[in-house]
Amino acid sequence: MEAGKENKLIVSVSPHIKSSESVDKIMWTVTATLLPTFVMGVYYFGPKAVIVTLLCIIGSLLSEYFVQKLAGKDISLKDGSAVLTGLLLGMNMPSTLPFYIPLLSSFVAVAITKQLFGGLGYNVFNPALMGRAFALITWPRAMTTWAQPIANFTGMDAKTTATPLGILKEQGLDKLLEVFGSKMHLYSELLLGHRAGSLGETSVIAILIGAAFLLLRGYITLRIPAAFLASVAAGAWVFGGKQGIFTGDPLVHVLSGGLMLGAFYMATDYVTCPTTKKGQMLFGAGCGLLTILIRLKAGYPEGVMFSILIMNCFTPLIDRGFRTEVFGAKKKA
Amino acid sequence: MSFTTFPLGGIHPPERKELASAVSIEVMPQPQRVVIPLSQHIGAPCKASVEVGQEVKAGEVIGTPEGFVSAPVHASITGKVTAFTSVLMPIGRMVQAVVVERAANRPDEAWQPAEDDKDYLKRSPDELKGRIKAAGIVGMGGATFPTHVKISPPKEKPIDAVIINGAECEPYLTADHRVMLEYPESVIEGLKILMAILGVTKGYVGIESNKPDAITKMLEAAKGSNIEVRTLQIKYPQGAEKMLIKSILSREVPAGGLPMDVGVVVQNVGTANAVYEACRYGKPLIERVVSVTGGGIKSPKNLKVKVGTPVSQLIETCGGLKPTAGKIISGGPMMGFAFYDLNTPVIKGTSGIVVLEQKDATGSDKFYNCIRCGRCVDACPMGLMPLMLSLFSEKGHYADAKDYHLFDCFECGSCTYVCPAKRPIVQQIKLAKTQVKP
Repeated sequence: MEAGKENKLIVSVSPHIKSSESVDKIMWTVTATLLPTFVMGVYYFGPKAVIVTLLCIIGSLLSEYFVQKLAGKDISLKDGSAVLTGLLLGMNMPSTLPFYIPLLSSFVAVAITKQLFGGLGYNVFNPALMGRAFALITWPRAMTTWAQPIANFTGMDAKTTATPLGILKEQGLDKLLEVFGSKMHLYSELLLGHRAGSLGETSVIAILIGAAFLLLRGYITLRIPAAFLASVAAGAWVFGGKQGIFTGDPLVHVLSGGLMLGAFYMATDYVTCPTTKKGQMLFGAGCGLLTILIRLKAGYPEGVMFSILIMNCFTPLIDRGFRTEVFGAKKKA
Repeated sequence: MSFTTFPLGGIHPPERKELASAVSIEVMPQPQRVVIPLSQHIGAPCKASVEVGQEVKAGEVIGTPEGFVSAPVHASITGKVTAFTSVLMPIGRMVQAVVVERAANRPDEAWQPAEDDKDYLKRSPDELKGRIKAAGIVGMGGATFPTHVKISPPKEKPIDAVIINGAECEPYLTADHRVMLEYPESVIEGLKILMAILGVTKGYVGIESNKPDAITKMLEAAKGSNIEVRTLQIKYPQGAEKMLIKSILSREVPAGGLPMDVGVVVQNVGTANAVYEACRYGKPLIERVVSVTGGGIKSPKNLKVKVGTPVSQLIETCGGLKPTAGKIISGGPMMGFAFYDLNTPVIKGTSGIVVLEQKDATGSDKFYNCIRCGRCVDACPMGLMPLMLSLFSEKGHYADAKDYHLFDCFECGSCTYVCPAKRPIVQQIKLAKTQVKP
């Protein structure tokens, strides 16, 4: 019995079939779901948004290529993870940057945070957020200079302005309402993205469209985002009000800043979040509480980035402390 | 309608049952030559009780058990013992085997029942157990644990339920499906015998909802008895004992424990059929139904085959391999073993021969770093963290793997099936299990 002349039979260990899911497919799919967000960023912030994003992606690819080349590893550009990191980094940047900031930040993200820690799967911190943290600390002024969002395709320098969270921090909710006219108008502008901010964080709707696709495909679960958003909302409601506890406006906090992008795309990064159900919920809640702590009490108006990076540190500990319960391990009643 | 299933983990690989599920069981002509391994079960191998040159009749004992956890082996055809040899089994072990050949001009002398004990249910449990032991019956789902041992639980473990496992959750396989469809009464009678032996009043048959015709037949056959035929939601690995018990009785076998710890004995459909034939007709386990199926075989079939028949002959009977065939598996594609050699004989535990096409079969492909996506954690029916077992094994930290419940893994392969980084998790777990003591 032969299976053709040169066609030898394969012998390997079970299982003999595998699902069609692959790392490449996951990375490219997540990348594709960011398309609506990117498009809205370009719509509001113009051609500069394209340039910043492209610089981040190019910087990521170059960093990945050179480190792997130097280390004598296989080049893994086609797995999509470097492109995804670059794209996410771009989404976390203002549109007004000089060219070297995106490039250097993506070097920090991919070369230092990811490759020097062992490459895909071994990084402790979310690479894109480390890139952004580096940029924010190194060029604090450039990284907090926000363009006024207008449907602007001329490439002309737009006016700069403060983000809603910035106004909230410096001048309070009343000022924010004055700027946006009414509460309903504020909410709707936050949802659509017609506000100052990082180019991929402003349009809540666009982010949710991509996230919905990832949820339906089972690429992410609601465990982390739901815990993240819920704890921010709870924290804002309890401590965020001027008239004492339980007077805050949770919706303003949930819809502003980088929370949606952070909760659905950054905190859910497989490599740097816990792997068990309980661990993920704790991780999400921790991110939320730290975010609200920073927003209300610390020097920065926004705390999503730092909260995720801080929780990244706890991921190994959470994974140890919140292991799964083994089938049959339950105590007898 | 919502059917029950086990709550934790599980996967839905493509079922591919349609290839052979509608093909009736076909009795394969007796081969001229059979190679019968003396170790076809978990436990001590048998000792040959025949000599080269000796004439043997179909059904005659040729290997006697050594030790309690063992089962005798019988000649499956009438002929002459021509040699002792060793054969390479798919699990990668060489085992001793007896070769029985029939002279070219000699007609088939098939096994004939010497008796027909219609009152088998009135016999004492010990008498029935004796018949099962003498027939050499072992678990025919693939685990091949000697049945008489499984139905002799210690006194401190009272049994109150017997479950017949008709889940057949492995993709492709259809042998149990066909047995339930074509011999429903035998299976139910076999279950009644097992219940009588164990003094149990409640019996169950668990069948996944993708076999509605078998469910109908089994319901009919079970009418008027204490046997409940339960339809289960389709989910792999439902046929694993612990999962099946959870699905049907909501009882959770303790970690590291056995079904008898929760008062249950589980037997496969084929085993129940063999138990009935042994207790009524004194028939030894010398033949079984094998699904020969998969995208790489020309005409998939369910064959009734003599133990000891080389796999190559089954493939021939099914029209041979397609040029696209890439891998041949003993058992299902999730937990089965790839054949090294097609001269390997069918044994008591061979539930199927699955021929995968090259494009569907995994090999030793390159794998990625673990990206910690947690899919394996969500897929594991035992509530383990396969990624950690995989990583520890890769680094040689076997003691840490044990701390992460290495030995609770029964290697169902769900983690490896879903892994997007294509990591050989089960292989790494198997390796770790050989490196530390339980």
